[in-house]
Amino acid sequence: MIFSKKKNVEALEETSIINKEIEGLSQGQIVRRRFFRHKGAMISIIFLASIIVFVYSSLKMKIFSFTYPGWWKYTIEDLPPLELGACKDGLVGCPTLSLRPEFLGGNGISLGEHPFGQDDIGRDYFALVMRGAQRSLMVTFVIGFIGGTIGTVVGAISGFYRGIVDSVLMRFTDFIITIPTIIIGSVIGFHFGNLGVGFLAFYLGLFAWTGLSRLVRGEFLTLREREFVDAARVAGATNRRIIFKHILPNAVGIIIVSVTLLMSGAILLETALSYLGFGVVSPDVSLGSLISQYQESFTTRPWLFWYPGLFIISIALSINFIGDGLRDAFDPRQRRRITKKDRERAVRLKREAAQK
Amino acid sequence: MFAFIMRRLGTLAVILFGSSFLLYNLAALSGDPLADLRTSREPNAAQQIIALTRKLQLDIPPPLRYFYWLRGLFGVFIGKFDLGQTRGGESVASAIGSAVPTTVRLVTTATLTAIILGISIGIVTALRQYSKFDYSMTFVSFLLFSLPIFWVAVLLKQFMAIGFNNWLGEPSIPIKTVVLIGIILGLIISSVVGGDRAKSWKIFGVSAIATMLVLQVLVKINWFLQPGLGPIFYLLGSVGIAFGVTQLSMGISNRVALKSSLTVAGIAFVLYFPMQKVFEMQKQGLLLAAAATLTILIAVGVALYFAKIDRAAVVRTTVLTAVLLGILMIVDQLMGTWERYMGSDAINYRPVPTVGQTNPLLEPGDYWVSTLDLLMHLVLPTIALTAISFAGYIRFSRGTMLEVLNQDYIRTARAKGLTERTVIMRHAFRNTMIPMTTIIVVDFASIIGGAIITERVFGWTGMGTLFNKAVGSFDLNLLMGVFFLTGTLALVANLVADLLYSALDPRIRVGSGK
Repeated sequence: MIFSKKKNVEALEETSIINKEIEGLSQGQIVRRRFFRHKGAMISIIFLASIIVFVYSSLKMKIFSFTYPGWWKYTIEDLPPLELGACKDGLVGCPTLSLRPEFLGGNGISLGEHPFGQDDIGRDYFALVMRGAQRSLMVTFVIGFIGGTIGTVVGAISGFYRGIVDSVLMRFTDFIITIPTIIIGSVIGFHFGNLGVGFLAFYLGLFAWTGLSRLVRGEFLTLREREFVDAARVAGATNRRIIFKHILPNAVGIIIVSVTLLMSGAILLETALSYLGFGVVSPDVSLGSLISQYQESFTTRPWLFWYPGLFIISIALSINFIGDGLRDAFDPRQRRRITKKDRERAVRLKREAAQK
Repeated sequence: MFAFIMRRLGTLAVILFGSSFLLYNLAALSGDPLADLRTSREPNAAQQIIALTRKLQLDIPPPLRYFYWLRGLFGVFIGKFDLGQTRGGESVASAIGSAVPTTVRLVTTATLTAIILGISIGIVTALRQYSKFDYSMTFVSFLLFSLPIFWVAVLLKQFMAIGFNNWLGEPSIPIKTVVLIGIILGLIISSVVGGDRAKSWKIFGVSAIATMLVLQVLVKINWFLQPGLGPIFYLLGSVGIAFGVTQLSMGISNRVALKSSLTVAGIAFVLYFPMQKVFEMQKQGLLLAAAATLTILIAVGVALYFAKIDRAAVVRTTVLTAVLLGILMIVDQLMGTWERYMGSDAINYRPVPTVGQTNPLLEPGDYWVSTLDLLMHLVLPTIALTAISFAGYIRFSRGTMLEVLNQDYIRTARAKGLTERTVIMRHAFRNTMIPMTTIIVVDFASIIGGAIITERVFGWTGMGTLFNKAVGSFDLNLLMGVFFLTGTLALVANLVADLLYSALDPRIRVGSGK
């Protein structure tokens, strides 16, 4: 049945195994260990890093006077002729990407001329998706950075100083919360959309910190009552020192975790805004604007719909998994699953200790 | 307490004033409402500009115009409530009034489904922490977190609507698919039930084979085109519901509770036959309301007749059973209508629609057919909305439940020798629900705000559409109307959530501390 009893003896034994493991380690070391052990998070961090490198190295870029060539032959401005290539049923611009090796009856692993196909006017879709992913990643990180900074500062100040400062700041937070993000986004997108994606992300970040600041405030309110803060104050530490040296390091877990959540929300927010037509302005593209532009062609040319979606999901999913790994790592009450290997290790250690 | 509420309401008014002022000016700055007229080549464009300027008072600068808008709002105290007019000349209040019911219909179902599914899955994953089920649900919830809703919507339209409709043309399931569905369902059931290896293999085998057999039989008797339960399966289903509800609510070992819910199931079975006649009558809405009242009265009566102690708990059990049985009966009736609905000219054997709220071609008059039509139009948006929102509930209820299970009072309850059912349902579940309640309240308030994107994808005209229209055509009054309603509701819901929290959890007192 669903209600099964946990064996208490086993639970006790598990606690002792965990205690044995973290003996003599600093808090940072414990967190790092727990994080490295989280398989999902480790896989995601490698995956996300390779996506970022892959996406940003692909296209030709101009950084001030320096031109980075990029390893992909097309850019989004190029207009190669629409190709029949691999197409069936009279369609043009089909993807030439082939992933099935020859011994399985495919055409071998190759990119071909247009791996993700071509859009209506012949632009290389791979280049478009890469550009969209660059934009979406930038929006994600800018919103995460700006929202994270403002949220932490506001939350820390109002949690640490309490009283009137707290009331004012929290009412201000309520005030921002009342205005739905999508309204802000569309007003901003409408007004500043033509200034480029960077500005859009910047302004969205200015409104995205509310949830984070509440969490940080709660954490600061609890931490400032703890004994080590009293001890520091008695020892004559300034407020600045208490905040930066004593409280902030203890609150960093909750901050990092909520920033990752903020970032995975940000990529979906950008997608939604672009879908409603308030986000990235043409001719620039983002993953969201690509999907919304080609959603009608799903039945005839599904690749125009699949590839950007695939990138959005991969990015958001890996950020979410990293956040989950971080939460597990920072949570002191977290009970890890005790595997067979751990038990064997505990028994071995016990035996070694007995031999000595 | 009273002082606290008054103070909070005061702050709320100040916040609303500030944010509406800010939004009014932001929105006024965001574009020129006369832009399309200025470039228009119509001969009377100049007159139109003048007329619209006068109607929307565009000659007044926005910060001042805001106070005109506010005056209309305060008119509520002297009976002259006025939110202004839309660009089309319609009153904003009436535009919102007609959009609210649509949105509520669209989002309530999805929110309810998401809450019920999310909380139950979250709690099961917490009880089965680190099991395969837990890991796969974690993955699924993260995946759902990462999906853009319109992407899901396009896929749903393709596979759930067009694909399913095509499949209904000739409903046969290839043997490969049958085996696959059987194996998947078997895996889910065996990992939820748990137990040692031998037991879970046994459960897996039995449930997989049962699923495959049931699917084969359903295809053979052409159930997908002529669905229905019939009295026998209704009886079996109701006995199952009676047992299930009793187990969750009071435990099977409580004979009085079991006897009362089984009696309710018996009464429902007896009433099954006369109800078939009742369903054919006119004025179904009234009749159904009467039937619902009667159902609850019968359930309370039965409980009071059998139970001498613990009456409230038994009443809870029987009422829950009776409500579920009533729903089952309505489902059976809807299944009976299915064939009639499918065969009508408007539907023509393609029952799952991709857009719209109702089918305008459907002949009115038949209560059950139009109800079914309404429900079928809800199917896709509900799945899309549920899919993206219930992941949050899974994560949150799992986390809370795990925290509660680590508390000392749970250990005490176990040490007292209470059954595991009592520990989970009475001690752990109720305490898990305290933080959940506050989240649910806030979520319900945001229902009215609507699902801006969902409405657009599925072609509904609710609050989301109004908002879209307002932003797209610089319709300031309309935007402010929508915002005022959603903003007020969100703030009030936050207040209610705080109050509820303190009512449910005596450790927390509002208004006392800083």
